[in-house]
Amino acid sequence: MQWFDAIIQGVLLGGMYAQYALGMALMFGVMRIVNIAHGDVMILLSLIAVSLAGVLPVGNVGLIVVIVPIAVAVGWVLQKFILNRVVGADPLPSLIATFGLSIALQNLMLEVWSADTRSLPNSGVASASFQIGPFYVGLLPVIVLICAFVLTGGLDAVLRWTRFGRGLRAAAADTEAAAMTGVDPKRIIGGMGSIWGAFLGAMVLGVAQAVGLRIDPGLGILFGHLVFLLVLATRPEGIMARKK
Amino acid sequence: MRTELTGDTPILSTHALTGGYGDFQALFGIDFHILPGEVVSLIGANGAGKSTFLKSVFGLLPVAREMVRYQGAPVGGTPAHRMVSQGVAMVPEGRRLFLGMTVEENMRVAIDNARLAEGQGEWTRDRLFDLFPILREKRRQPVEDLSGGQQQMVAISRALLCQPKVLLCDEISLGLAPKVIREIYAVVPEISAAGTAIVLVEQDVTLAREASNRLYCMLEGRITLTGASNDISRDDIAAAYFGASHAVV
Ligand SMILES: Nc1ncnc2c1ncn2[C@@H]1O[C@H](COP(=O)(O)OP(=O)(O)OP(=O)(O)O)[C@@H](O)[C@H]1O
Ligand SMILES: [Mg+2]
Repeated sequence: MQWFDAIIQGVLLGGMYAQYALGMALMFGVMRIVNIAHGDVMILLSLIAVSLAGVLPVGNVGLIVVIVPIAVAVGWVLQKFILNRVVGADPLPSLIATFGLSIALQNLMLEVWSADTRSLPNSGVASASFQIGPFYVGLLPVIVLICAFVLTGGLDAVLRWTRFGRGLRAAAADTEAAAMTGVDPKRIIGGMGSIWGAFLGAMVLGVAQAVGLRIDPGLGILFGHLVFLLVLATRPEGIMARKK
Repeated sequence: MRTELTGDTPILSTHALTGGYGDFQALFGIDFHILPGEVVSLIGANGAGKSTFLKSVFGLLPVAREMVRYQGAPVGGTPAHRMVSQGVAMVPEGRRLFLGMTVEENMRVAIDNARLAEGQGEWTRDRLFDLFPILREKRRQPVEDLSGGQQQMVAISRALLCQPKVLLCDEISLGLAPKVIREIYAVVPEISAAGTAIVLVEQDVTLAREASNRLYCMLEGRITLTGASNDISRDDIAAAYFGASHAVV
């Protein structure tokens, strides 16, 4: 019973990783950019949100309305002034540039916000939980998991059913052939990883960490790394990649 | 097989076209033209420069503006996706389908970016499914599950759904069984009857001659022979194909 509970907690934790992984999958998949700074940008935006919460009386939900446009702007600046200059067939320049950016961002954030743990003011959602049978489930992780599902599903639908999505997948499969079929390669570059693969990977990671934590509090992170190595060793082409 | 030609102004032409890859020059002054609705073959041995020529015309390799004319206007160096929207399409060497996507999705990418909307142009999915009935059956399968011949049919359908006025075909018979080659070449007259000019790059000389109105032979980046396909003698072709010094028949 406690293992079943660990799996539930793991899936919920995976929901958070899935949102993180989705951004990575899209960037690497579509633009062949290895964005080391992806996590740092997420933290930066979270910190900005925490600071804004102190001055804007809009509530945590209202903050989303403020922070999303800021995120779009940060993403656009990053794309325009850094990523577009290093994007290409070779992933190394993007790796080096974003690695440098990652270090710079980390130090900037340390300088501005110090290294203390911070969180948004508690609105009740974070500590709320409900009971399903013998299990207690946190409300916030469930919301996060649902968001992850909706985002992954939404992205999947865009890739499958829209002109833009089809062009993206075509360019992912063969950029030059896509251009020969009329797809403007300036608007779309590179390849497309499996986004459900990213989702599944996030779940596996979350479950591995939660189960590891149950065995021994020190094992959570280690289990995560072990799963990562195991996947790398057995399915280096990706969890959901089709066998050729 | 040979269609009446409409008008005598080339729809596409090249003028002393040179090109290659970086420092490596592969084409040395190609003069070429094709009329609307005409079928023209371009033959030549491995490495003669046929694919390089098509890519240069289609904006995939850099060339000077004046070297390529389309409907009378200089278009050399126009990127491929814009050539598509102006009415030039290509069936690339090796098919180059979008793997991981279904037959119909491959076609949809072309429809999404075509010169004319499906229904306003000559070509619709239904018409292509009538031409290649096996594709109708396999429309929801990923293209990598299809046989080589079926994949070639998808590649041709994809190009036609761009609603081209000029279709560039790079060795569509390569690696296919004779029966499948006949099946695929059987659609050439229907394409040209629709008014589309076709450039057929081929290594198979007999096939190239039978399917075309006119023929160009290329050797080491130069045109060595050109004329009406049924007027040129086999000996002349052999000489132009292999070079005069190896002209053994
Ligand atoms: N990507 C490339 N980079 C450098 N050189 C190339 C490249 N592609 C082709 N070449 C060279 O250009 C010349 C012409 O090649 P091209 O592919 O146009 O020949 P082809 O007539 O299409 O031959 P095939 O019948 O084998 O397809 C050859 O010498 C070839 O080695
Ligand atoms: Mg070739």
